[in-house]
Amino acid sequence: MDLRTKYMGMTLKSPLVVSASPLSKTLDGIKKIEDAGAAAFVMYSLFEEQIELEQKELFSISTMGSESFAESLSYFPDVAEYNLGPDEYLEHIRKAKESVSIPVIASLNGKTTGGWTRYAKLMEEAGADALELNIYNIPTLTELKGEDLEKNYIEIVKSVKDNLSIPVAVKLSPFFTNLANFAKKLDEIGTDALVLFNRFYQPDINLDELEVEPHIVLSNPTEMRLPMRWIAILKGRIFADLAATSGIHYGEDVIKMLLVGANVTMLCSSLLRYGVEHLKDIQEEMIEWLEERDYESVMQLQGSMSQLNVADPSAFERAQYMKAINNYVINY
Amino acid sequence: MSKKEFITIDGNEAAAYVMYRVNEVCAIYPITPSSNMGEWADEWAAKGIKNIWGTVPTVCEMQSEGGAAGAVHGSLQAGALTTTFTASQGLLLKIPNMFKIAGELTSTVFNISARSLATHALSIFGDHSDIMSARSTGFAFLGSCSVQEVMDMALIAQASTLESRIPFLHFFDGFRTSHEVSKIEVIPDEIMREMITDDMVKAHRERALTPDRPIIRGTAQNPDVFFQNRETINKFYEACPDIVQKQMDKFAELTGRKYKIFDYYGVEDPEYLVIAMASGCETIQSTINYLNKNGYKAGLIKVRLFRPFDVKRFMEAIPHSVKKIAVLDRTKEPGAVGEPLYQDVVNAIIEGLNNGYGNLKSLPLIVGGRYGLSSKEFTPAMVKAVLDNLKADKPKNHFTIGINDDVTFTSLDYDETFDIEPENMFRGLFYGLGSDGTVGANKNSIKIIGDYTDYYAQGYFVYDSKKAGALTVSHLRFGPEPILAPYLISKANFIGVHQTVFLEKFDLVSNLIEGGTFLINTPLPKEEVWDSLPKSQQEQIIKKKIKVYAIDAQSVAEASGMGRRINTVMQVCFFAISGVLPKDQAIDAIKQSIIKTYGKKGDAVVQMNIKAVDNTLEKLYEVPVPNEVTSKFEIRKPVADMAPQFVRDVIGEIIAGRGDKIPVSNFPVDGTWPTDTARWEKRNIALEIPVWDPDTCTQCGKCAMVCPHATIRIKVYEGKYLENAPETFKYTDAKDKQFKVENLKYTIQVAPEDCTGCGVCVEVCPAKNKSNVSLKAINMAPQPPLREKEAENWEFFLNIPDLDRSKISLNSIRLQQIQRPLFEFSGACAGCGETPYIKLVSQLFGDRAIIANATGCSSIYGGNLPTTPYAKNEEGRGPAWSNSLFEDNAEFGLGYRLAIDKQNEIAINLLNYYKDQIGADFVNEIINADQSTEDGIREQRKRVEKLKDICKNLDIPDAKRLINVADYLVKKSVWIIGGDGWAYDIGYGGLDHVIASGKNVNILVLDTEVYSNTGGQTSKATPLSAVAKFSAGGKNTQKKDLGAMAMAYGNVYVASVAFGAKDEHTLKAFLEAEAYDGPSIIIAYSHCIAHGIDMSKPLRQHKLAVESGQWLLYRYNPKLKEEGKNPFILDTKDLKIPVKDYITSEGRFQMILKSNPTVAQHLFAEAQKQVNERFNKYKYLAEQPLNGQQIKQENN
Repeated sequence: MDLRTKYMGMTLKSPLVVSASPLSKTLDGIKKIEDAGAAAFVMYSLFEEQIELEQKELFSISTMGSESFAESLSYFPDVAEYNLGPDEYLEHIRKAKESVSIPVIASLNGKTTGGWTRYAKLMEEAGADALELNIYNIPTLTELKGEDLEKNYIEIVKSVKDNLSIPVAVKLSPFFTNLANFAKKLDEIGTDALVLFNRFYQPDINLDELEVEPHIVLSNPTEMRLPMRWIAILKGRIFADLAATSGIHYGEDVIKMLLVGANVTMLCSSLLRYGVEHLKDIQEEMIEWLEERDYESVMQLQGSMSQLNVADPSAFERAQYMKAINNYVINY
Repeated sequence: MSKKEFITIDGNEAAAYVMYRVNEVCAIYPITPSSNMGEWADEWAAKGIKNIWGTVPTVCEMQSEGGAAGAVHGSLQAGALTTTFTASQGLLLKIPNMFKIAGELTSTVFNISARSLATHALSIFGDHSDIMSARSTGFAFLGSCSVQEVMDMALIAQASTLESRIPFLHFFDGFRTSHEVSKIEVIPDEIMREMITDDMVKAHRERALTPDRPIIRGTAQNPDVFFQNRETINKFYEACPDIVQKQMDKFAELTGRKYKIFDYYGVEDPEYLVIAMASGCETIQSTINYLNKNGYKAGLIKVRLFRPFDVKRFMEAIPHSVKKIAVLDRTKEPGAVGEPLYQDVVNAIIEGLNNGYGNLKSLPLIVGGRYGLSSKEFTPAMVKAVLDNLKADKPKNHFTIGINDDVTFTSLDYDETFDIEPENMFRGLFYGLGSDGTVGANKNSIKIIGDYTDYYAQGYFVYDSKKAGALTVSHLRFGPEPILAPYLISKANFIGVHQTVFLEKFDLVSNLIEGGTFLINTPLPKEEVWDSLPKSQQEQIIKKKIKVYAIDAQSVAEASGMGRRINTVMQVCFFAISGVLPKDQAIDAIKQSIIKTYGKKGDAVVQMNIKAVDNTLEKLYEVPVPNEVTSKFEIRKPVADMAPQFVRDVIGEIIAGRGDKIPVSNFPVDGTWPTDTARWEKRNIALEIPVWDPDTCTQCGKCAMVCPHATIRIKVYEGKYLENAPETFKYTDAKDKQFKVENLKYTIQVAPEDCTGCGVCVEVCPAKNKSNVSLKAINMAPQPPLREKEAENWEFFLNIPDLDRSKISLNSIRLQQIQRPLFEFSGACAGCGETPYIKLVSQLFGDRAIIANATGCSSIYGGNLPTTPYAKNEEGRGPAWSNSLFEDNAEFGLGYRLAIDKQNEIAINLLNYYKDQIGADFVNEIINADQSTEDGIREQRKRVEKLKDICKNLDIPDAKRLINVADYLVKKSVWIIGGDGWAYDIGYGGLDHVIASGKNVNILVLDTEVYSNTGGQTSKATPLSAVAKFSAGGKNTQKKDLGAMAMAYGNVYVASVAFGAKDEHTLKAFLEAEAYDGPSIIIAYSHCIAHGIDMSKPLRQHKLAVESGQWLLYRYNPKLKEEGKNPFILDTKDLKIPVKDYITSEGRFQMILKSNPTVAQHLFAEAQKQVNERFNKYKYLAEQPLNGQQIKQENN
């Protein structure tokens, strides 16, 4: 079975890509990703804000209480060199490139326009094959208009694209008034791929302490419906490649995503839950399904059920929601 | 001669710079003010910097200075070029080895930043009492007068010791030289290579012990030969001065800097000669130069080589015309004919005259005087007074200069206004708060001026004795000529006031010259700045035509992401208005310097500083100065008028910065100081203070428990006391059952002017407002608007009587915390992790406690002048406290116990002897009194008072003796308190002996896991993988298990506590420890600023430490054995989180993660392994059979 697919100009041996996750934090982890059969992987994200925070924190720690009391003018030795911020990440890219043969896609969450481009360039220089921009923030200002926010995003992506020669993907959240329009805008400035969708970690409340706490929940298969719908809608309407992520757990999930038009499928939660070896199972399930139905290649399948290619395009539209409710069977 | 290279460094770094390069082994131990030398060596070694022969010197921290000296001795004997650094008590501990090293003619240089020895009090500051105590060791003594000389003499000493075989003590003045930052010429490595020849090193190695050429040293000799052997060394001492001079001459050829072992300065034909050593010589030299232009005929001899004292060369250095000589000693030798240098000079001149050395024809008049003890200022005015004394018909001998001795009248008067500083010398004074970065910025400014101009630059920094909210004063001089001014600036061209709080406390403008510049950081709008100045300041500004500038540096810093660090902002202001450098050049230099200084710490840090530079200039403005005074207020008095006389006359004057002027007669003769004085010093350092919400409060008492400065107090009282309460005084009904019955009221009150604003109380508060969970029962609010009202409330609160102690149950924190603390408002860091434990001791046992305190943080915030935090209760009782030394604290405390027990025994013997006269029943009642409760102790006190009354009327010979010792019939609680540096390292031998003694003492180890007071050096309590000084690469050995060692005795009560993890457990352990009639040791987890944590949320660290098992909670109570129970109780039941989750939350561990992630991962894994092993071992011990029968059977 020819599992090859194209993603951002790269020919990948299969559509199975490991998304940005702790799995790529160590070189060992990356080697395991390759050994399990991934066609590529997205490195865990570098957060510009975190880099700044860490630097400021280290500065604060190393100067805390200093030059204040005659006997203790400092509290820490002056260390020769610190592995701060991007250095560690960039070194990780370099080492990953040396260690594995599959493409390395770096991932960046910037804060400032300058930061986005500066770090993106550094990642390219470190050897990343492609870059995924992890545009990840929750706008909370009531005065901030949606159009201004979108404009800002477009500027960031454009600025990165203008400065880089490697392909650039944008990982999006689903929360846009008209996602299709925004996707088109990104497409117009040459974005090489859209990754649908970013899952925001939703905070929880600790009832004992009455505190808001981060609460990380792994995705479940039902979550794949949202990206699946939007990939179906966007396929054929924009030039950018499409990567599906969220809730892809089994071979059948991958097939569904490919059917609606995904160039690649990105996996994380299922691998965290079942181990990175699970990739092999997924691939086997995929092959089984394709072979049973006499498909020759993945490319043959891709987009065959996009909105443009299905008999009832409205099935992917809002009316379908109403229908779903009407058809819902109450089991109690 | 090589091309000259200049660097701007301090004296300690200058010494370490050379010593590191010309040695192979450094054995070190931290002690102020020498610690930095060892720290530099350790840092350089960690960075792989090599010495002049291409090897990275081995730097080894020892357990004490005595240990360091032993290691040096051994290393020298085994052939390595070896050095060490120390001061004060540290030098004393090295003396035994110094005799050996010298007796064996072993080449080494000990570098000493000379510091006062502890006598009636400890002092960290500079004088020569330490080195003078070592002058009989046989070491050669070479003194340096300036930072440049420190670098030069270090090399000359090394060359001389290797050639002469005499070990050298290279000394310079502690703080004045060790910490003075100065632009100096650096000695290139190639010159060091030329000075220290291969032949010298070869000879040193050939003298080493080696089994390849076996010899023995350290023999024991008998009366027949010891004496002769001792005389074999004489020729080496005779040759030594020539060798030193030869090396000085060689050095001069190589560098152009000429020195003589006795250097004369002054006119060719002086009548008056001053002789001195070290930094004071610089002041004398510049003053003499000035005075000679005005008709004085004076000269100075700088004694550089004090030992061996070369009489011939000394005589040759004295000009023939000299008629009178004043010898100045920076030390005091009570009971001696005179101080050491004076005695040597007198002897040398008499001997020299007898031998016909030199140019003198007759014996001049020689007087001696003391100056500069404990870094007391030594100014040109004082030098002039010394010379004027010489000019008098009958010069005063054995005088003092710089103080007012109105008791034995030794002091010379001097004219404080006498000033010799040249016009072209820029002088700036900067008043900052410890944490605001002022000193760092000024050090940086000196480097900028040093690097970017041909100017010479000097910086000296004065710190106060408090660790929280400390005032720092930076003294900066810049000028075209070398700066010979090792004294503070009294008249400045520029004054920067970096915090407004100083304006209401100190008269700052009086230090400005006419037409000077006054820069203020103030949050006030431009139109309000002038009126914010006290009357006297306005008057002087108008009169002296001073230009006033202002900026809201805090806002600029915050907007730039700098938080409270206003250093960069104020530095830009200084350069913008001082005119020291052209503005644009200065701004560019600051930015370059920012990149250089912070580049390593990340772009974000660089960018925020650059942003601060860019944001500053537009916010800086000149304040218009009107023609008349408009202010309505004056500088505040240092203490309230109602304070006791001693507090007003002495303590208040010290607080006001006028301590130098207090005459001798105002002081106690033996160092005794009153307790209960901290409450008079209203420091007002908190920007925000806690505000209590009675409606939300659950009355758990935790806020009071954790408050490091005892500024949150709880009282439970009868409602009648609320009569006349101030309008804003808060109270509610007491919730506890026993109080509810009596309808008692409950108040939590904050001392607004004593609080440091640390916020730990808010962190611990478990009660949340039901309508807005961001609010707790304690919330921080800005202090200024609350200050006045809350101060009134505080006074009212203090006047409400304390609840009867016997009514306070001690089985929970909520009730126990009602006990009044007898330890309050110390100078500890904001958020200190040690003080809550001491406060707890003071609450539980303070009225009967006697405390032995090891030197360290707890002795500094516990006993550093001016004020004392140990307080008294309504009856006038409270902790009695003393600090002996760092190394002997356990023994010192045991001494308390021995004395108390002896006096108790004498009293009991007398009672028994006079049973019939006193009354047998009453005597039995006293002797057998149960004093295990508050009631019991109170009743016993009553009995003792009754006993004294009886004795007064008794016609027995021993009545007075019995009265004299009767108070010892009341229980006394002996507490031995200190940090881990003491307990784990320097004092461990003594501590071990004391717990083995079986005596009833309570040892409290405040375990910060690092030498906190001296700036964070590694101790044996430092955990694996933590970065600390002397473990820059992460500590690679595990923490010593002190508790396990103590438990091994079986009869010692041992507890390991962490109040932030489980406060009730801490309380229980303290009660059990004190109740145990034998030795007890409590090892207390004490978070610390040296851990690199958020000091407003330190309790989280306690919890994480305990949950991870990195810190175990346990108690070992030998009494349980008597009940047939397992004495060991592991109070940490499970390990809840991985160690990594704890340690990566602290900067000390993060640093290794950031600097060497690979090593960090390895160390972290090892840390987890060790935690698991230790926990499992302890769990096993705790699970041993509880049935005594079984234990006995097993034992049998």
